[in-house]
Amino acid sequence: MAAINRDDVAHLAQLAHIEMSDEELDRMATELAVIVDSVKSVSEAAGADVPATSHPIPLTNVMREDVVGHVLTVEEALSGAPDASDGRFKVPAILEES
Amino acid sequence: MSASELIRSSAAVMAAKLAAGEITSVELVQAHLDRIAEIDGGERGIHAFLHVNGEEALAVAADVDARRAAGEELHELAGVPIAIKDLIVTKGQPTTAASKILEGWMSPYDATVIKKIRAARMPMLGKTNLDEFAMGSSTEHSAYGLTRNPWDLDRIPGGSGGGSAAAVASFEAPLALGTDTGGSIRQPGSVTGTVGVKPTYGAVSRYGAIAMASSLDQIGPVSRTVLDSALLQEVIGGYDPQDSTSLTDPSTGLADAARVGNVAGMKIGVIKELHGEGFQAGVENRFNESLELLREAGAEIVEVSCPNFGYALGAYYLIMPSEASSNLAKFDGVRFGARTLPTEGPLTIERVMGATRAAGFGAEVKRRIILGTYALSAGYYDAYYGSAQRVRTLVQRDFEAAFEQVDVLISPTTPTTAFKLGEKLDDPLSMYLQDVATIPANLAGIPGLTLPGGLADEDGLPVGIQLLAPAREDARVYRVGAVLESLLEAKWGGPMLNQAPELATTAVAAEEAN
Amino acid sequence: MNTETILSFEEAMEKYEPVLGFEVHVELNTKTKMFSSAPNVFGDEPNTNVNEVCLGLPGVLPVVNKKAVESSILIGLALNCKIAPHSTFARKQYFYPDTPKNFQTSQYDDPICYDGWIDIELEDGTVFHVEIERAHMEEDAGKLTHMGGSTGRIQGADFSLVDYNRSGVPLVEIVTKTIEGAGSRAPELAKAYVAAIREIVKNLGVSEAKMEHGNVRCDANVSLRPHGQEKLGTRTETKNVNSLRAVENAVKFEIQRHAAVLDSGVAITQETRHWHEDTKSTTSGRPKSDADDYRYFPEPDLVPIVTSAAWVEELRATLPEPPAERRKRLQADWGYSDLEFRDVVNAGLMDEIEETIAAGATAAAARKWWMGEIARRAKLADVDPAALGVTPAVVVEIEKLIASGAINDKLARKVLDGVLEGEGTPTEVVAKRGLAVVSDDGALQTAIDEALAAQPDVAEKIRGGKVQAVGAIVGGVMKVTRGQADAGRVRELILKTLGVEG
Repeated sequence: MAAINRDDVAHLAQLAHIEMSDEELDRMATELAVIVDSVKSVSEAAGADVPATSHPIPLTNVMREDVVGHVLTVEEALSGAPDASDGRFKVPAILEES
Repeated sequence: MSASELIRSSAAVMAAKLAAGEITSVELVQAHLDRIAEIDGGERGIHAFLHVNGEEALAVAADVDARRAAGEELHELAGVPIAIKDLIVTKGQPTTAASKILEGWMSPYDATVIKKIRAARMPMLGKTNLDEFAMGSSTEHSAYGLTRNPWDLDRIPGGSGGGSAAAVASFEAPLALGTDTGGSIRQPGSVTGTVGVKPTYGAVSRYGAIAMASSLDQIGPVSRTVLDSALLQEVIGGYDPQDSTSLTDPSTGLADAARVGNVAGMKIGVIKELHGEGFQAGVENRFNESLELLREAGAEIVEVSCPNFGYALGAYYLIMPSEASSNLAKFDGVRFGARTLPTEGPLTIERVMGATRAAGFGAEVKRRIILGTYALSAGYYDAYYGSAQRVRTLVQRDFEAAFEQVDVLISPTTPTTAFKLGEKLDDPLSMYLQDVATIPANLAGIPGLTLPGGLADEDGLPVGIQLLAPAREDARVYRVGAVLESLLEAKWGGPMLNQAPELATTAVAAEEAN
Repeated sequence: MNTETILSFEEAMEKYEPVLGFEVHVELNTKTKMFSSAPNVFGDEPNTNVNEVCLGLPGVLPVVNKKAVESSILIGLALNCKIAPHSTFARKQYFYPDTPKNFQTSQYDDPICYDGWIDIELEDGTVFHVEIERAHMEEDAGKLTHMGGSTGRIQGADFSLVDYNRSGVPLVEIVTKTIEGAGSRAPELAKAYVAAIREIVKNLGVSEAKMEHGNVRCDANVSLRPHGQEKLGTRTETKNVNSLRAVENAVKFEIQRHAAVLDSGVAITQETRHWHEDTKSTTSGRPKSDADDYRYFPEPDLVPIVTSAAWVEELRATLPEPPAERRKRLQADWGYSDLEFRDVVNAGLMDEIEETIAAGATAAAARKWWMGEIARRAKLADVDPAALGVTPAVVVEIEKLIASGAINDKLARKVLDGVLEGEGTPTEVVAKRGLAVVSDDGALQTAIDEALAAQPDVAEKIRGGKVQAVGAIVGGVMKVTRGQADAGRVRELILKTLGVEG
């Protein structure tokens, strides 16, 4: 497995939507390299014949009937919003001015 | 009985005194609020609480007293107060997950376990401190300051649920709720000399517990006695249609199991890979002592091997951050919580999200989000996340094989006693190693209990003993745990916490906590 | 607005072969959302149909709607798909403010339905076999409204407002395999394919299937390759194509645009395009920085769906008559010629005509109105006839007014205008506009008496048995009443006056 470098971290930070300073990127790259190195043995532990386990207790077909339950009031829905207007959540522009 | 004696009782004893009319719930709640005011705040305070919910707790207590006076049939634990880890959402009290990104957020809904606590009429004393989003093993990663270990104020109370464990260990609360993803109930229990249980995955609803790693997270009880944890798990457990991974098994028979009182003829397996090398000598000594007591009580002690546990920590540190990176994506400053605007450049939602998450998350949270994003990203998924899921299968198979031979498994809960505050902050990997013995149970979904096993010879600090049972067999860890607890207490001449140092009043604190 | 150069369609077809692919999203009409019990209702006040789950608040967990799973299986069965015995959910991760969790709960490796097909019949009867790759379950996003700026578009907006009512509405995404060999019929095929999907889900009763409400949304993939080339060209995905006409136009436009780009020696950029109904063109879509890496992984909060053969067969037994078979039956029932029926199908008016007949009109009358006056007006207004605003009830009412003699055909057209102007029901329009034929027998009798008196010889002929001479008297009466009389009734009254059997 390839080592993780600063550019990787910059790309990952972008995917994860976390702004990072140059200094943070450097530090994170160093720390992650150590962690990634320590977990790499995992990729060699199990052969391809071993099935993956995504849920610790295997359950299937947990479904609910199509019956309407409670709703929040608009006030409750917006109560934690950093910004709201006209009964809706308000967010800054999505695209930069071009 | 004086207030200071009262708060040192077990929850079961408090409940009995309430039922007998010897004390009122208002007195009981007030005694705990006074204790919190006395020792929780200030520079050298325990700081187990992020929010104290005195008014509501007293109102619930008064209501319980009135109902009891009117002869109403009440839940066994009605009127017994409880502290809530601040990862669990509550109406009427802030929920922060110890993160700046949720500062001041009030949930418009209650977690399922909170609904059950309310239905049982247990007064909630407040919300307890934790590592931010439950990510850590020391509670030093809280955005709202660290929590101190009542045994030694310069040591960590464990994490992530250091607040719940320290609150119970310092008699600020008889009971608390914790969450355990890789050991966040059991490791704090171990280093604070308290009891904590991670139930079978799905035994307690996760609805309303802010998710770190959905396939590993489980809410569980924190207490000073095994019976108290059993009583509390019976309150919070059971099927919840709002949690698709919830089990339909009833949460009954746990307190009964804790009252069985014998282990004769039971087979107890010592996991070869989870003691010895890498474990502190004092931890190893206390562990062997517990084995001897169980043997004397008629249990058969055998050694079992779980050869794939060597990969468990690595698998955990791939699965947990992967799921966490996804679960924490919703914290973006759009629908709830804090929003931070970028200091320069164009104001677009993309950049506002980036600035909000940069300012709102602490270093450990960012580290895990980036690690998880990496493990799931194109080209790495199979090698990292995919492999980790296969290791998970191997760990489950190890447990299955072990439980074919024995009824329960036993190990030290943590490799060391409480370390010093700040000691491992700059060494994430060494911090992660704290969870080496607790993680396999989360990967496999099985129940695990920690109870005090004595004090390590070299530092006089608590050692925890962990018991593990097959999935849905939570009753077994309560049965064996209660027996071991009584054997140890007979040896010590009382609860281990009696040996904990008296805590000085932290005067200024009283003002702050209220 | 649009600065793209395009080639003429004919020239594009001469040089290149189009390859298509469609992703059609169908919103299910369940009572509640895919993963929460909040109501699934269109058009309510913003953020009133939400609970903590569809807002993605901290701590919430999803639970699968069983009805939505069954609706998805029905869609799969109707599309001749295999139903997966074991199907899982996955998280598709990207940040966007209309997506509350910043991931969409969807299906990735194990969709509920896969490997299906559907035969699509074009207007001239040509049949294309379209293969279905998969149909999977997922959840809809909230609705963004872009404020400020001039156009209400995302470009130039100052800020956006988010309504999460639609967040979590169950969706089934139907994905085709690549469709080759359509040639110049590609735009037509695109329209016919989406029409067929709409027809199927409507027929199944699992969706309201209103494209104007976004119940059926099409993303159209288009690529071109030079004739004879095996390798597929680079594709674009056009979104926001919200009517059958738009699907046809968008595919046609993208073919023409691709051809011009390729002709200029430039490579096609693989990207999302947005269709604009006003300019009948596409523009480059929203840039999504994480679109290249969705980091799918199994949804840990949901468990697999396991479909037993018994469950699937139980659902199969409830399948309604397939549209193709239904068409054969309806054509026979209605007695339309092949040509007449195909016109109805192509106009997308089969349901409307069926409903109109069910409401009491004759098959001939229903066709006459929908394919005639209503279709003509829809064309002028540039909308689908079904979306014009005329309901089957209106047609039936107009027909009844004609049959009762209250209005005649000529007046009926004016009544239709009135209804479309929003003047009320046909009866109300008749009253408001004073369009009723002179049906007051008293007034008619006076006019008849006068006409008979003015032509006594004709009256005598009729009395003598020459009934066909009555036309001259009818003409006179119609002239006096300026056409607002029912000729049939007039004839009846004349014969009655003269004591002759008609």
